[in-house]
Amino acid sequence: MDILYLLIPLSVVLVFFILAGLWWAVDRGQFEDIESEGARILDDSRDV
Amino acid sequence: MFSNTKAIAYNDTVVRQFAIMTVVWGVVGMLVGVIIAAQLTWPELNFGIPWLTYGRLRPLHTNAVIFAFGGCGLFASAYYVVQRTCQVRIFNDTLAAFTFWGWQLVILAAAISLPLGYTQGKEYAELEWPIDILITVVWVSFAIVFFGTIGTRKVRHIYVANWFFGAFILAVALLHLVNSAAIPAGMMKSYSAYAGVQDAMVQWWYGHNAVGFFLTAGFLGMMYYFIPKQAGRPVYSYRLSIVHFWALIFTYMWAGPHHLHYTALPDWTQSVGMVFSLILLAPSWGGMINGIMTLSGAWHKLRDDPILRFLIVSLSFYGMSTFEGPMMSIKTVNALSHYTDWTVGHVHSGALGWVGLVTMGSMYYLIPRLYGRTQMYSVKAIEVHFWTATIGIVIYIAAMWIAGVMQGLMWRAVNADGTLTYTFVESVKATFPFYVLRLLGGLLYLGGMLIMLWNVLKTATAGQASMVKIPAFAAHA
Repeated sequence: MDILYLLIPLSVVLVFFILAGLWWAVDRGQFEDIESEGARILDDSRDV
Repeated sequence: MFSNTKAIAYNDTVVRQFAIMTVVWGVVGMLVGVIIAAQLTWPELNFGIPWLTYGRLRPLHTNAVIFAFGGCGLFASAYYVVQRTCQVRIFNDTLAAFTFWGWQLVILAAAISLPLGYTQGKEYAELEWPIDILITVVWVSFAIVFFGTIGTRKVRHIYVANWFFGAFILAVALLHLVNSAAIPAGMMKSYSAYAGVQDAMVQWWYGHNAVGFFLTAGFLGMMYYFIPKQAGRPVYSYRLSIVHFWALIFTYMWAGPHHLHYTALPDWTQSVGMVFSLILLAPSWGGMINGIMTLSGAWHKLRDDPILRFLIVSLSFYGMSTFEGPMMSIKTVNALSHYTDWTVGHVHSGALGWVGLVTMGSMYYLIPRLYGRTQMYSVKAIEVHFWTATIGIVIYIAAMWIAGVMQGLMWRAVNADGTLTYTFVESVKATFPFYVLRLLGGLLYLGGMLIMLWNVLKTATAGQASMVKIPAFAAHA
């Protein structure tokens, strides 16, 4: 099962990328005041 | 400063093109599905013509419904949603147009090469290497257009649907590159870079993640935009949608080995696949409940809004198949279900029920708006489509469940002296009535799609391709 030497490190690298994405989002304040973001797409005056 | 940030209107041309082709390819893909369902019932229906044999039409069916119908639906909704939620025109019009024509070329190449018998022999990745290269180029362009739009957005917050679309685009790129690695041996012939069980492992690592990221994450992006829009209410819990996203993408990658239970794959790898499949139940149901509960307190809307019914029933099928999937991944259950029509039933409850209905519902929301209307040409026809499709699905999956469990039981039945009770052909014969029923279910589903095509063409000709202005949006820039 040599293929696991490719697939497992690939998954680990991927997890780090996902973590980086999550970190980026939290750091940039993407999740501040979170419930109001759900309602914003409904504001027709802005036609989002 | 990028030019798209100065544009005053959205680019809906590319969305319109993809939306119309979603419906057209839906009809084509489902028609091929009906043809092969008929062939399984009455094998003579291939008329002895090699191009029409089951082995060649089956990959044509799966490619047409997944990548042509589903793919165009995902392109259309990703391009629409990312522009609306980011309040900016699409990043690069030329590149976006290229993704449309390039993707249609991929589909055309598949429609020609698969019946001719060119195949890499990998399920859901049959297309030969030149087409694989074209897919890669189109997909990278898609990523540039999508992430370019996100990067030039005028709204600070990235709406949750975009996270799902983004993960879908990146994951599919990675899966395609790893699984389709092959050594060419001629223009339309290649050998996989991996051999034996290694190849099987890569194939199902790809195969199940294609289900997870193409058929789940992408369509969840659709769900998180179109359900709130059609219901006129924000998603039940926006916080839960964020948790849903991160939990899903953190845990998805290792479910693939459940496709290889009781094979040459090492036992522990199979068990890892099973455990991860079971874990997936949690984020899947979290998302399903979140979507359905969006209607909490406004259930009456389901009574007279057929589009909302498409969307909500699609989530019920999502919940059903994401419960069924983990159960089937348990090795003892799999010992009964594997290689039977139960698997086919499971896939179609996800494909017809979840992917199909959520795409149709989203297109019914989208298409009139792309032609300057607020409603489809005929709402009554949407209603008829909904019931034809739903009844079709129920007949289809019920027939396959019964057929599958019956086959599993017949294959494992042994006499007192240890010999098999039934020959294989006896199980085939016993399955015949269920194949007829499945064909009926498929015909109903295709019939619904034909109604949709008529309705869409009527809507498009009655309306006018409109230009939608980007609202001035300063507060959050």
